[in-house]
Amino acid sequence: MTNPYSFDIASLSVAIPEIFLLSAIVVILLIDLFLTQPFKQVTYYLTQLSLLITAILAFNLIGQPDTIIFSDSFILDKLAAVFKVLMLGAAMVAMVYTRHYLIQHSLFRGEYFILVLLAMLGMMVMVSGYSLLTLYLGLEILSLSLYTLIAIARKRSNAIEAALKYFVLGAIASGLLLYGMSMVYGISGSLNIGEIAQFSSATNLGGREALIINFGLVFLVIGIAFKLGAVPFHMWVPDVYQGAPTATTMFIATVPKIAVVAMLVRILIDGLGAMQLDWQGLFVALSLLSIAIGSLAALMQTNIKRLLAYSTISHIGFIMLGFVTGVIAGYGAAVFYVLAYVIMSLAAFGVIILLNKKGFEAEQISDYKGLNKHAPWFALMLLIVMLSMAGVPPFIGFYAKFFILQQILSAGFVSIAIIAVIFAVISAYYYLKIIKTMYFDVPEEGNTFSISAPMDMQIILSINAVLILVVGLLPNQWLKLALSLF
Amino acid sequence: MVVSLSDYLILSSIVFCIGLVGIFVNRTNIITLLMCVELILVAVNTNFIAFSYFLENESGQIFVFFILTVAAAEVAIGLAILTLLFRNKGSISVDVTNSLKG
Repeated sequence: MTNPYSFDIASLSVAIPEIFLLSAIVVILLIDLFLTQPFKQVTYYLTQLSLLITAILAFNLIGQPDTIIFSDSFILDKLAAVFKVLMLGAAMVAMVYTRHYLIQHSLFRGEYFILVLLAMLGMMVMVSGYSLLTLYLGLEILSLSLYTLIAIARKRSNAIEAALKYFVLGAIASGLLLYGMSMVYGISGSLNIGEIAQFSSATNLGGREALIINFGLVFLVIGIAFKLGAVPFHMWVPDVYQGAPTATTMFIATVPKIAVVAMLVRILIDGLGAMQLDWQGLFVALSLLSIAIGSLAALMQTNIKRLLAYSTISHIGFIMLGFVTGVIAGYGAAVFYVLAYVIMSLAAFGVIILLNKKGFEAEQISDYKGLNKHAPWFALMLLIVMLSMAGVPPFIGFYAKFFILQQILSAGFVSIAIIAVIFAVISAYYYLKIIKTMYFDVPEEGNTFSISAPMDMQIILSINAVLILVVGLLPNQWLKLALSLF
Repeated sequence: MVVSLSDYLILSSIVFCIGLVGIFVNRTNIITLLMCVELILVAVNTNFIAFSYFLENESGQIFVFFILTVAAAEVAIGLAILTLLFRNKGSISVDVTNSLKG
């Protein structure tokens, strides 16, 4: 018998992106310690550089045969490699916006970037997790970094309150998820996703075994729903989005969603895929509630960050609908939706951050009155984002909703599709309201929208917004990529 | 008397429920919230150790070591946030966390 705790050095090559990122974090942490104030920008450039190199390393792993290393707890497959590249790309864009925000609000500190890199490391472990232990550890590295990223604005009482709420609810979510994991471990006798899949697909599950694994499954679904922010486990989303510094809100709203969807795929599809019929019902309820509450509650918001929080909840509902179908085409549509959502959210928060000035946060919808008069180009960017989120063709948001509804209909859930479309139409109201505010309202006295953002941010933001249109014109390529992951 | 697996599971589910209910009914002090979070994790640990013992499979116990470590890190961050809350609001009562709503 071979020693289960030994491993082949060559197998480390599939974990190269994580190993590099971890070493980079340590090095940047040390360098940052010795930098005096005028050179603090170096930390930012090193962060971008290490994200770029990690992305290249992860990109090189796409197309490698599926490999499982570290005593069957770390997997490299196409899903993991592609998700890593997407997350790192999104993080690089987010960091460009973040730098402007941090400088404007005197929050520019090396720790911010270190914590973002640590969160990235956690997420990369998550998407590659092939055992309940690695998934949990990745999730916690991510969560602990995010709590700190919110509380980093330590003089703002709203940010601290948001951090506390996120911390408490995040801890409950982890607790529920762990309880579910312990049940699944207890009945299947293994933490490994592959062995859990073998156990759960056995046809001779006794009544007692089926009961316990279903019990664990409910806890797992609740834990994942908490982390995604699906109704009725969404209480933290609006508060955290509003209270956190906008740069952190943008980060929380985008990259971790990709990682949590990967965790969902690992646990519920790779692991408990044989029990799809058991979790399908839960997902139907969660996604319809999310779409409904997300659309209705956003109608009366005056704070644009809170509005985007409810809009996120309704997007999450659509993403979960993709998993209801139980077919690969549906999962692919869900992954496409996640991609679309991340691009749209980055652009939306990018415009919000762009309009930030020293001591001024463009948080209220009324701050956008007459934006078109003073900054027509960025008003156009926000117009594209809002139309895309509302689901107007030819933007990417339309195809995202279209593919999901197509799969839902072909799986035979006609009534679900009708309800989803009705609420999508209702949600168009508040997206259009922002457009009306920008284009037809008179700007408030003294608000001149002087854009102080550096050129690199303006260029990246423009590319980001134009991408919404470009991907919308060639949706099939991206859908094919999403489908090839399963 | 022999303690069976189901006894452990019943105990851990009771502790789990105390932790969960404690978070939702507690209206006075945020430190109590941290204690409730710990209770939830302790319940999970009990589950893992009991299963691990009765299955004669050591991976559950390894999991527990990691949960303990993460719990320590989590409490450190929780207390740090608590300190910041006290500095900003002058109180650590749950009632002061009500400025974000809508």
